[in-house]
Amino acid sequence: MMNTPRHALHWAHLLHRVSGIALALFLPVHFYLLSLALTDPDAFSSVIAFTDQPLVKVAEGGLVFLLCAHLFGGLRLMALESLSWTATQKTLAAAGIAGSALVALLFFLQVARA
Amino acid sequence: MSTPSEMRVTVARGDASNPSEMEFTVPVEANQTVLDVVTWIQQHADPTLSYRFACRVGMCGSCAMMVNGEPRWTCRTHVSRVLDGDRLVLAPLRNLPVIKDLVVDMNPFFDAWQRADAVHRPSRARADGVAAVNPESRPRIAADAAIECINCAVCYAACDTVAGNPDYLGPAALQRAWTLINDERHSDPAATLDAVTGTDGCLNCHSIGSCSHYCPVELRPLDAIAGLKRQVVRRALGKRLPCD
Repeated sequence: MMNTPRHALHWAHLLHRVSGIALALFLPVHFYLLSLALTDPDAFSSVIAFTDQPLVKVAEGGLVFLLCAHLFGGLRLMALESLSWTATQKTLAAAGIAGSALVALLFFLQVARA
Repeated sequence: MSTPSEMRVTVARGDASNPSEMEFTVPVEANQTVLDVVTWIQQHADPTLSYRFACRVGMCGSCAMMVNGEPRWTCRTHVSRVLDGDRLVLAPLRNLPVIKDLVVDMNPFFDAWQRADAVHRPSRARADGVAAVNPESRPRIAADAAIECINCAVCYAACDTVAGNPDYLGPAALQRAWTLINDERHSDPAATLDAVTGTDGCLNCHSIGSCSHYCPVELRPLDAIAGLKRQVVRRALGKRLPCD
């Protein structure tokens, strides 16, 4: 038997699947909690207070990671399957997009803080 | 790390109804291939060991096996590159029925080639002369990149999609269809695309990429299958195939 395929593309595939499932589980809960703002403001306030805990902040970091991993994993797949490019061209394009996204994210964080 | 003088080799024996394992101690030698190890076991330790090989130089595609869990052509795989400490684990190719020991039934693999309509149907008769094919043309470059397959089934064994759906055509057959669709001498590329667009065809591929990663002759079936997917989309949008 094949134990585990040991190459980067397989890990990329696995990360994309796992992050997708995790986000699919998270989103209904997320929307339900947001809906409390309309249906039950007191409950919503306690949820907001709960998210101020340091451990939840750390978990939010993990959530952003999953979101980014799934987003870029999806872009990677679309580039892989839709563009008739060489592997090097695709790598350079992916590096370009990742670099741009990083700069944009840093900019956004600065704006959000100001 | 120093090379051990002997290695412990675990070899899968029997068939699916009666699987077992045997361990052999085999001397390590310079420039030894995994196929050399299997041959040594058969000649010096157990003549009943079954395995398959022919050319021993990486052309015939007969000798592929699982080596330490990964599919490899054993005649061109040096022991020094795959030895895990002093351990070597040999098993028959994944995703194919075991006949005995290290020999698998290749029929599902070759049946997939038939189902993928991987047959060249000439567009010219003998009297029409030889077709002039421009080697610089885009379809020809795509076909050339995929044409040197040796039918070893390493990609088929590596593919997780085949593992999940045994009816899936698999990387090699789909790549063959891709070369035909890009061959301007092929008379019916649309029929070939039809054959690989069914429920077990190219759209099943999850783009994991194990086929391209493990292909011993460094072909890229992943790219060929992506090409097929693009042609399916192009045709749905009313566009022509590259050689139609």
